[in-house]
Amino acid sequence: MERIPILKLNDILLVSIQVDMHDQLAMTLQDDLTERIVQTGAHGVLVDISALDVVDSFIGRMLGNMALMSRVLDAETVVVGMRPAVAITLVELGLSLPGVRTALNVDQGMKLLRNGLARQTRGVRDGRYRR
Amino acid sequence: MTTNSANLLVEILKDEELILRSWIQQQSAATSRPDLISEAELRRQCAEFLKTFRRAVEGGKSENVEGPAWTPVRELLAEISRSRARQGFTPGETATFVLSLKQPLFQEIQRRLGANGASAVTDELWTATVILDNLALLTTEFYQKGREELIQRQQRELLELSTPVVKLWGGILALPLIGTLDSERTQIVMESLLEQIVETGASIAIIDITGVPTVDTLVAQHLLKTVAAAGLMGAECIISGIRPQIAATIVHLGVDLSAVVTKASLADAFSLALSRLGHRIQPAQKRSAQGIHDGTDSDT
Repeated sequence: MERIPILKLNDILLVSIQVDMHDQLAMTLQDDLTERIVQTGAHGVLVDISALDVVDSFIGRMLGNMALMSRVLDAETVVVGMRPAVAITLVELGLSLPGVRTALNVDQGMKLLRNGLARQTRGVRDGRYRR
Repeated sequence: MTTNSANLLVEILKDEELILRSWIQQQSAATSRPDLISEAELRRQCAEFLKTFRRAVEGGKSENVEGPAWTPVRELLAEISRSRARQGFTPGETATFVLSLKQPLFQEIQRRLGANGASAVTDELWTATVILDNLALLTTEFYQKGREELIQRQQRELLELSTPVVKLWGGILALPLIGTLDSERTQIVMESLLEQIVETGASIAIIDITGVPTVDTLVAQHLLKTVAAAGLMGAECIISGIRPQIAATIVHLGVDLSAVVTKASLADAFSLALSRLGHRIQPAQKRSAQGIHDGTDSDT
């Protein structure tokens, strides 16, 4: 069966969606991702959707769910590389992906995640609460 | 309305030089606009019209100017009317182009049929007048169409002109909005902003609404949509240039802008954007401080 690969990069999981998302694939990805987060103990998830031409309400909701699930498992999610047309469509659909952090490209997404992780660990070291 | 009358019209129109001369005379008497169209150009248009008009009368028996026999006449009239719309003629002046043909034609009919009695003359006049009136109505229609095209083109140009996205600094874009925001414009603004975000890799966009005359719920909604779309692309938006009356209107309307960072002036927004990116603007003090120290420049 078709699967979307999940790559591990230090403590960040990299998911690059390069094929057209259909609903079954999305569900499989959700399952795989949660599994991998638990397995690897990753603290960050980077979802690259720069190859996606079409994001419908289901995929939009799935991205939101993925972010929430990762949050529960103590991993920040950043969605990167959304195309302008996709962004406009989502806004017109009324889906502004609340709770999902976004960045322009993988580079900036990585920076965002690393900054977040650095702050977290510093917070722990300083005896503050983790977010 | 018989072949007979069509024949008479054709006969008259064959005397092209005569009709043309008195027609042009008639036109320059009625609406002379030498500032808009040259004598030679007018003569060319008249001659061409007479020629196609005669061919149509020869071919078509009826005064139904929508028929296929009249297609060349209609096309010529469309061209003339459009060009007059662009040149700045009024619709009345454009219709006069056709209507002023009446007098020379009628005179000629009168002259040729005068001996046959009043009823024959009336018949002929009626045929000619129906045709010419219909053609005059057509010119008005074409004139209107020409004007509409003009307006649409200007609207498009205005849209293109009014949505510049400027780069203020590495990673900071500004979008000065001028004029009323409707959904079509919002769409274009949104698209060009998002394209620019991708192109420049900017992470902060400042939307300046100093030039937006009124902000109602719809405009606010359009703004929020733009902000949300930019947010999905990973860019933060700051709205600036909110005038006092507009701030009051927004509050009275109950529009919730709390999800967006707003600033009163573009300068404030810019300095916030710089600080978000870890930059800071500082007065160049080192130099003048040194100047004071040296005693060379004491009044700064």
